[in-house]
Amino acid sequence: MFKVTIEPLSVQQLNDLVKRPTDGAVVTFDGIVRNNFDGCPVEYLEYETYDMMAEKKLAEIGAEVQQKFAIGAIAMVHRIGRLEIGESSIVIAVAAPHRHAAFEACAYAMDRVKAEVPVWKKEFFADGADHWVNQN
Amino acid sequence: MQITVKLFALMREKAGTDTIALDIPEGAKLTQAMAALVRHYPVHEPYIANTRCALHMDFVDPETSLAAGDELALIPPVSGGV
Repeated sequence: MFKVTIEPLSVQQLNDLVKRPTDGAVVTFDGIVRNNFDGCPVEYLEYETYDMMAEKKLAEIGAEVQQKFAIGAIAMVHRIGRLEIGESSIVIAVAAPHRHAAFEACAYAMDRVKAEVPVWKKEFFADGADHWVNQN
Repeated sequence: MQITVKLFALMREKAGTDTIALDIPEGAKLTQAMAALVRHYPVHEPYIANTRCALHMDFVDPETSLAAGDELALIPPVSGGV
């Protein structure tokens, strides 16, 4: 499963989705909204996406990760819209026969998402200011 | 010929719209389209250098030739994940 959604994410759902009887490990990454940016209090975030391209890129990264590591299934879901502090913005689940490949593949997939998937984060601060991350 | 330019995030806000119709010469390349965009909409000038372009949901090279009706997406530095 590779998608963007406005619905809250479920780590358990993705975990169950990727697991096969031949797997000995599932590594999940749960990216959550932090309450500050370099110490400035953040109230909430908004994520915007180019949804069709984002889902295509997620699927491409999934295929790339499966080529590169000895894993079974991988799933990645990114949430968009308004997110509150502590909510999950992205969940990645990687299943593999052995744990090392799952750990490495999960970290690699997340790095690729941050570089290639058209999703943009806007932070809204406690003092009323806001800004788009990595822009200006 | 006319193409459609899709804008996101800060560029979308600066433009006040998420879609721009742009007239460019027949067979124009991406670099020429970007030059035309900045000429018509100088508000985007500060961001173009850091913006990647996508056609048909894939990133494309600046030398790519465009066709009438193309939907060109301007992809500013991404900041997904966490």
